[in-house]
Amino acid sequence: MFWQQLVNGLTLGSTYSLVALGYTLIMGVLDIVNMAHGEIFMFGAFTGLILASHFHVNIFVAMLGAALVGSLLGIILERVALRPLRRRAVSHLAPLISTIGVSIFLESVALKVFGPESQAFPQTLAGKIYTIGPMQISLVQVVILAVAFGLMLILRFWLARTKIGKALRATAESTETAGILGVNTNLIIVLTVSLASGLGAIAGVLVGLTFNAVEPTMGMSMGLKGLAVLILGGMGNITGAMFGGLILGVAEVFSVAYGASSYRDAVAFGMIILILFVRPQGLFGAKDQTGGR
Amino acid sequence: MLKINSLVTSYGSIKALKGIDLEVPAGSIVSLIGANGAGKTTAMKSLVGIIKPQSGTIVFQGQAIQGWPSHKVVGLGVSLVPEGRRILARMSVLENLEMGAYQRQDMEIQADMEKVFSRFPILAERRNQLGGTLSGGQQQMLAIGRALMARPKLLLLDEPSMGLAPLVVAEIFRVIQDINREGTTVLLVEQNVRQALKIAHYAYVLETGKIVLHGTAEEVAHNPRVMEAYLGGAKGMK
Repeated sequence: MFWQQLVNGLTLGSTYSLVALGYTLIMGVLDIVNMAHGEIFMFGAFTGLILASHFHVNIFVAMLGAALVGSLLGIILERVALRPLRRRAVSHLAPLISTIGVSIFLESVALKVFGPESQAFPQTLAGKIYTIGPMQISLVQVVILAVAFGLMLILRFWLARTKIGKALRATAESTETAGILGVNTNLIIVLTVSLASGLGAIAGVLVGLTFNAVEPTMGMSMGLKGLAVLILGGMGNITGAMFGGLILGVAEVFSVAYGASSYRDAVAFGMIILILFVRPQGLFGAKDQTGGR
Repeated sequence: MLKINSLVTSYGSIKALKGIDLEVPAGSIVSLIGANGAGKTTAMKSLVGIIKPQSGTIVFQGQAIQGWPSHKVVGLGVSLVPEGRRILARMSVLENLEMGAYQRQDMEIQADMEKVFSRFPILAERRNQLGGTLSGGQQQMLAIGRALMARPKLLLLDEPSMGLAPLVVAEIFRVIQDINREGTTVLLVEQNVRQALKIAHYAYVLETGKIVLHGTAEEVAHNPRVMEAYLGGAKGMK
């Protein structure tokens, strides 16, 4: 029972981690919360669903398509809702409001285009179930775990080792400093938002597979969970987002498994509140992010 | 090499620079001195495009660059060592230096990094440490090394002596002179007027957004007004 629930929790948690990574990347570079992230996640889920059910493509191709649509939405979001505000150097609340606007817009478009009812992925992956020791793991879970952890590993490596990844980290520390070192910071910002949105869109497909349900309102609740993970892990901390997502997923699944299914969100978020009492800066957040300046 | 003509920069309705003219000849060290709030840092930030100037021209090697974004100015060969050093605190010493060479594609980056390490051996020792864990003097060395990694033709230094112990300050100024002798033109902004005038060829005095005096460093150092205001009285400069 325990091991089985752990696998289920990690599967769910890894999708939360991917969503939270999107918030974290944007938070790190732009210091804002992108409230439209959940809706881009939802568009990703629908893109994957349409590709899989109407065009009968392989699930990985569907994810790739979702990622492309997500990135494109991210680029548009940056152009329409973020850049005009950045140029005028207004308060941090302004992009918060403008991204809420985008999120409402996207949800309405989805309701109109896709309809309000929940839709399911075609059952091509569902059948197979593997038994490993005490655990049973379905093919869908294997795919979700592999994609989510794979993407997180690639992202970590990319940020740590590549030139563009380093430029992204430099921009996250200080846009001004990155600029005087020769980084085209506007380009890095566009790249960050589209990367975050692409990851969110893939997470949308994964969550759609997990619950076998895709609906226009799924962005809202997932968005809130992603936000909670962002805070739990420590604002703008990549490692924090990864572990935070896993913790939230495991906590949710265990609260269902051990008898409190109607309180799953209450247990999970209650635990986050408790952790934040002890570590207000989040699990991996540093107290002083500015370092020795 | 660099020519600034009636440059005006404002923060909202406050004019921080009220039309300054300044010239940096190739191969020289030019010092821009002045008290707190005179507009020295604003001048530097306008030069590298962190702030957009309101009017006036900045011409670098025959090209008007006022209002250009920072990364394009860097591409022309202008590097800034900013006020307060602005080390990337969450990146290692090595990564900070790599970021300095961000726009370069050539194969000599590694060799240049070794040059920085031989100029500042302490950085070689701490190459894997995070920038934020270095002391102030080490951070200043890293900031200078990082700027040199871009192979600048013109090096801008904004208050490199700020907050450092006298011995470290002397070391930093010695390094600035070395860099200049190796062929890099230097524009130095300083409050440490005595040191700045000692190593400079030309000097400009900035007061509340205006150039009030300029000439060779020698002339400026012996100007009675400068001696009175910045060098601690007539006996200050012997």
